[in-house]
Amino acid sequence: MEKKKYEELVNKHKPTETRGQNAFIAFVTGGIVGVIGQVLTECYTSWFDISTKDASTFMLVTLIFLASLFTALGFFDKWVTFCKCGLIIPITGFAHSMTSAGIEYRKEGPIFGLGSNIFKLAGSVILYGVVSAWFFGILRLIIMGG
Amino acid sequence: MIYLTSFIFCGLVCLIGQLILDNTKLSAGHITSIFVIVGSFLDTFSIYDQIINHVGAGALVPITSFGHSLIHGALAKASDMGIMGLLMGMFDLTASGITAAIVFTFIFTLFFRPKN
Repeated sequence: MEKKKYEELVNKHKPTETRGQNAFIAFVTGGIVGVIGQVLTECYTSWFDISTKDASTFMLVTLIFLASLFTALGFFDKWVTFCKCGLIIPITGFAHSMTSAGIEYRKEGPIFGLGSNIFKLAGSVILYGVVSAWFFGILRLIIMGG
Repeated sequence: MIYLTSFIFCGLVCLIGQLILDNTKLSAGHITSIFVIVGSFLDTFSIYDQIINHVGAGALVPITSFGHSLIHGALAKASDMGIMGLLMGMFDLTASGITAAIVFTFIFTLFFRPKN
């Protein structure tokens, strides 16, 4: 087959989703997760009579729990493939990466499977978060003195 | 109103992430790491605190708030203890999130098996 014809064929069968569509879906789903967080925070503040700061911790734990559970049940992967960054950038992506790595590697044993691979994807977030926070913290102490 | 700002801010962060993912060769791991660094950078001079005050929980949900919490706890401790406080207070605020993620992951991996 000639190269030109082959390229035409490839283009014909390429997935039709565009970058604009992806970006729009990510914007809407990410926004919905943000609104859920705000609703949960206000619910917890009024139900348990606690401060907004404590309620936001509860909210984050709830989101992590839900993302972990849905990943374990198996259908969160499909949501992530559809929403992409809409679910990866919120804290749900952190829990999703840990649970999916845990479930994938548990058959290799509790130590070398689950134990060493649980932070396979989330580890980079913690590593660069801690290093950058330490570096910027030093910087602020030097510049502003505390 | 606070729901609208939550929606827009959290949506915009995800939108930026998606644009980076689609238009460059960076993977999702790169983008989350970059966003954490951006979050901790923004909180170095308390900019992220202002954003949270205006936007509400929409600013706490994206991974940028993870970096903000790390440096916020570290700086709070550093104001008492000096430079060692940076090491002592680093995980003060994020401890709940990390512990919850580890515990839930462990429990769920005991009970569920991979689908395929």
